[in-house]
Amino acid sequence: MDAAKRYFRSPAAVIGLVLLLAVIAMALSAGVLYPRDPLALAGRPLVWPFTNPRFPLGTDNSGRDIAAQIFYGARISLLIGGVATVIAVAIGTLIGAFAGYYGGWVDNILMRITEAFQTLPNFVLLLVLVAVFGSTLTTVTIAIGIVCWPAPARLTRAEFLSLRNREFVQAGRTLGMRDLQLILGEILPNALPPVIVYASVVMALSILLESALAFLRLSDPNVASWGNLIGLGRDVLRVQWYVSAIPGIAILVTVLAVSLVGQGLNDALNPRLKSR
Amino acid sequence: MRIIGLAGRRLAASIPTLFLILIGVFLLLQLAPGDTVDALMAQMGGGDAATARELRKFYGLDLSIPAQLANYLWHLVRLDLGFSSIYGKPVATVIMERLPPTILLMTASLSFAFFFGLVFGVIASRAVNKWPDTLISTLGLVFYATPSFWFGLMAIVVFSIYLQWLPAGGFEDIGEVRTGIFRVIDIARHLILPTLTLGLIFLAIYLRIMRASMLEVLNLDYVRTARAKGLDETRVVMGHVLRNALLPMVTLIGLQAGTMLGGSVVVESVFSLPGLGRLAYESVIQRDLNTLLGIVFVSALLVVVVNFVVDLLYARLDPRISAEG
Amino acid sequence: MSEQPILSLEGLSVRLPRGADRTHALNGVSLSIASNEILCVVGESGSGKSMMANAIMRLVPGEVAIEAGRMMFDGRDLCTTDPAAMREVRGAGIAMIFQEPMTALNPLRTVGDQIAEMFRIHTDLSKAEIGERVLSLLEDVRIPSPKTAAKAYPHELSGGQRQRAMIAMALALDPKLLIADEPTTALDVTTQAQILKLIRDLQQRKKTAVLFITHDFGVVAEIADRVVVMQHGKIVEQGTADDVLNRPTHSYTKQLIAAVPPLTAPPPRPLSSDNILTITNVAKTYRTGGFLDRGARVTAAVKDASLTLPRGATLGIVGESGSGKSTLARCIVRLIDPDNGAILLDGKDWVKLKRAEIRRETRHIQMVFQDPSASLNPRRKAAELVAQGPIVHGTPRATAMTEARELFALVGLDPSAGDRFPHEFSGGQRQRIGLARALALKPDVLIADEPVSALDVSVQAQVLKLLGELRERLGLSIVFITHDLRVAAQVCDLVAVMKDGEIVEHGLVADVFSRPQHPYTQALLASVPGGAFAREHQTAV
Repeated sequence: MDAAKRYFRSPAAVIGLVLLLAVIAMALSAGVLYPRDPLALAGRPLVWPFTNPRFPLGTDNSGRDIAAQIFYGARISLLIGGVATVIAVAIGTLIGAFAGYYGGWVDNILMRITEAFQTLPNFVLLLVLVAVFGSTLTTVTIAIGIVCWPAPARLTRAEFLSLRNREFVQAGRTLGMRDLQLILGEILPNALPPVIVYASVVMALSILLESALAFLRLSDPNVASWGNLIGLGRDVLRVQWYVSAIPGIAILVTVLAVSLVGQGLNDALNPRLKSR
Repeated sequence: MRIIGLAGRRLAASIPTLFLILIGVFLLLQLAPGDTVDALMAQMGGGDAATARELRKFYGLDLSIPAQLANYLWHLVRLDLGFSSIYGKPVATVIMERLPPTILLMTASLSFAFFFGLVFGVIASRAVNKWPDTLISTLGLVFYATPSFWFGLMAIVVFSIYLQWLPAGGFEDIGEVRTGIFRVIDIARHLILPTLTLGLIFLAIYLRIMRASMLEVLNLDYVRTARAKGLDETRVVMGHVLRNALLPMVTLIGLQAGTMLGGSVVVESVFSLPGLGRLAYESVIQRDLNTLLGIVFVSALLVVVVNFVVDLLYARLDPRISAEG
Repeated sequence: MSEQPILSLEGLSVRLPRGADRTHALNGVSLSIASNEILCVVGESGSGKSMMANAIMRLVPGEVAIEAGRMMFDGRDLCTTDPAAMREVRGAGIAMIFQEPMTALNPLRTVGDQIAEMFRIHTDLSKAEIGERVLSLLEDVRIPSPKTAAKAYPHELSGGQRQRAMIAMALALDPKLLIADEPTTALDVTTQAQILKLIRDLQQRKKTAVLFITHDFGVVAEIADRVVVMQHGKIVEQGTADDVLNRPTHSYTKQLIAAVPPLTAPPPRPLSSDNILTITNVAKTYRTGGFLDRGARVTAAVKDASLTLPRGATLGIVGESGSGKSTLARCIVRLIDPDNGAILLDGKDWVKLKRAEIRRETRHIQMVFQDPSASLNPRRKAAELVAQGPIVHGTPRATAMTEARELFALVGLDPSAGDRFPHEFSGGQRQRIGLARALALKPDVLIADEPVSALDVSVQAQVLKLLGELRERLGLSIVFITHDLRVAAQVCDLVAVMKDGEIVEHGLVADVFSRPQHPYTQALLASVPGGAFAREHQTAV
């Protein structure tokens, strides 16, 4: 309860939450407001924004409604961002927890693998994965999740390393608890808050990665994605720059909202740091 | 000497990591639909099954996967990354041609991000919760949330199309042949926008870390000692805070090296720079898997080298490190 | 006291920011220090003694305000001195040394450089002159090989050497006043004795006034000329050391002094001839660092330790940090696996037990930890923490929770407090929860690892008393790990002295403490601060 109170005391955190809720509302209302396929031809191509009330944000090079694509794009960004984050944090927490708790050769092997993933530039790995498995919505989401897990793994491992020798864990051990009881019941609840906060960073990163992939036309071409639209707008950048500009702002606002919420959570969950 | 030994040992420890990556990606690419021969045949406009068989034999693609892997590693030991059928040259040659723009771009972006991240981080921490801090922190958040390719496109619209101050893309003017200092200036002009574009997100990260790190160090006991000595704030910051606060920043360079190289894929595509990142993109599009594997190896190697340099730097900054060895 | 005071505080009040647990850190504090005298400020945590030191230096955080009063130093009021002039006073007029020598020096700069900085900012001496002064200062504080020490980084020196370097730095410009904020609290007892002597010697030679802040009456007895006792930001008593220590007038002072355990042991209790715990030749070695066996360092944490614990007795293991006493304790409960040796508990060899067997057998032997705030999982309620052990061993949850509440009463806590989280309790109460948790499994043997060293002295006395009562009532046998010989003297029947992983001497506590045989035990006993005061004063334990 204190945490919630602390969260709402920060204006930046409240702004972030409002923006995020707005993006979520866009994603939810897309089907109602724009029942037609957002990728279907809607009108004349390259209508400037604010000139035709039917297309408040104008149309793109092939005459598709930009506003509709922005609304549907919110779905894709949140979906990919959310699912990829869950994948990355789940893998990361699992590997980090085992490496940090057991140490020794388990840690050695798991950290070698983590290091390998971090040594390979994440976007290059993403390219490899897309080249191998193709670019459908599912593969792209899973690929982003696979690319993003090392950082949460390192964070979880660091938390476990510092917590596993704390006296309350030793106390649990002298009470006769099993390893799994110690990991799940004693250490994990204390290690989780920073990992949850870090999930916001992973989510921001996932959204940015997907949009970059879509911009390069390596993401799923059959869904309305903000990155796709920016890539499309590149062909008419010289004059109709708005085709690229509008979806970019949508990405910026979404990522900003996620970051602000993450920062607010951080300050609310770790009040000690706030006073500094 | 001791420092070099220490960093050298870490360098040696990364060799297994490199092989792990290479073997992993090699096996992964076996799952890819089509191989080099398919790509080649498609480029030649098709051919019969017999030719394909001949070519597969020529490239050693008819062997079992472990044999192919062994073959590849054996060639790699002799610095032979194989042959790119798309470019008609050895992969190593193709990569070497594309390496300089990427290295230049990365160095420039890193310097830009590090320097301004440092300066803004220090300014923000000295005015914590006052307006300069709020402004810098807000800008940092916005920069962090800006997709780099979009920022690049918008920069092109403003600076190349409307203001016509800077070129919209390319590594240098191919219309005229320039030499010496004029060529350097020309390349520098071409690299300004890409550098800003790639460096922006890292600037945001560095300034946030620097600010947090400064605030943390300012609270440490030895800073209180320094104040109790009668040092003024400037001397406290210069003599007892700055260098100590820099340590996490330096660590971050090593951790972010891979991300930065990944970012250059996108930036080089936006600005049509003939670099390693663009090559990676092209080889995915053209299904030139041999080249892609070569790029994976070289970029991992690049990250390892950056980390080696960072280790040396860190050990110079922090006497505690060399003592541990 | 005939001289003019160097510093006098007149009605000093310091207000804390809103949201703190009290409004004022200091409330109308008046005192004065003359040159060539050591004034000890004594108090428990939260008494405002450290805040006073920082207020005099004007080094309080921004949100803390000096609200009223004057601080007269050298003819001016430090409360109203402007920042630039205040910087002149710091270091040159008033110097300060801190509690944690490990963190008080900049880790990235050499010790010599940091001492030289004093001269660089306050004087116009040349580089060569500064170098000479630094060396002679390091000689003054009797650091071994001053030339090497000047070039060393802080991490290359031991804790005691670092504190010497800090003292050298503080005394560099012959300040009129030295503020020492618990300068020996983080040090081992033998090092503490050396540092106290050093401060005393230098103070007498240079005629410096010293404001010495401490929580330890032993240290007061050792070093003070005059004493100020503080409680909740107010001075409750001040006077000469002799008066305050031997004829305290205020009830709080009396209570504090009574809580200090004396070094003399109470008359011995009869011991059972039946040994519940027998440790033979236990050893534990650590390997650190090293790549493919090159440069690996081998540390023997425990060497060949053999001890016996008679049923119903308390065995003290005393030693300084790094002596291996905690490692030995953790070997006994198998938190650490010993390399060899045997640990017989009721005839069963613990060293040979498998993991699963240990989990079963662990209810016979339980542990109480040092830091009561770190040893309780912050995300579990108190009753749940106590009930955890029985639940793990198969007691139904409801039964375990009921028993937990009974245990609360046993350790002197309100049974209804079980629904609260650990951070809602005070340090002493948390240690009682830790005790209840250990007792919930009805163990035969209790391993207590520095159970009172994180507590204020008056709370410490209460917890020790409780432990004594429980031992009688439940027939517990206790292994009591401590660095504090005074505590050991009070609660133990037998004592073993450890140094560098070895047990150098053991026997009945009265024998060991009154007729120590090993030179190290002798040195340890001689280092206990307070001398005669520590041996003879009246006590509550």
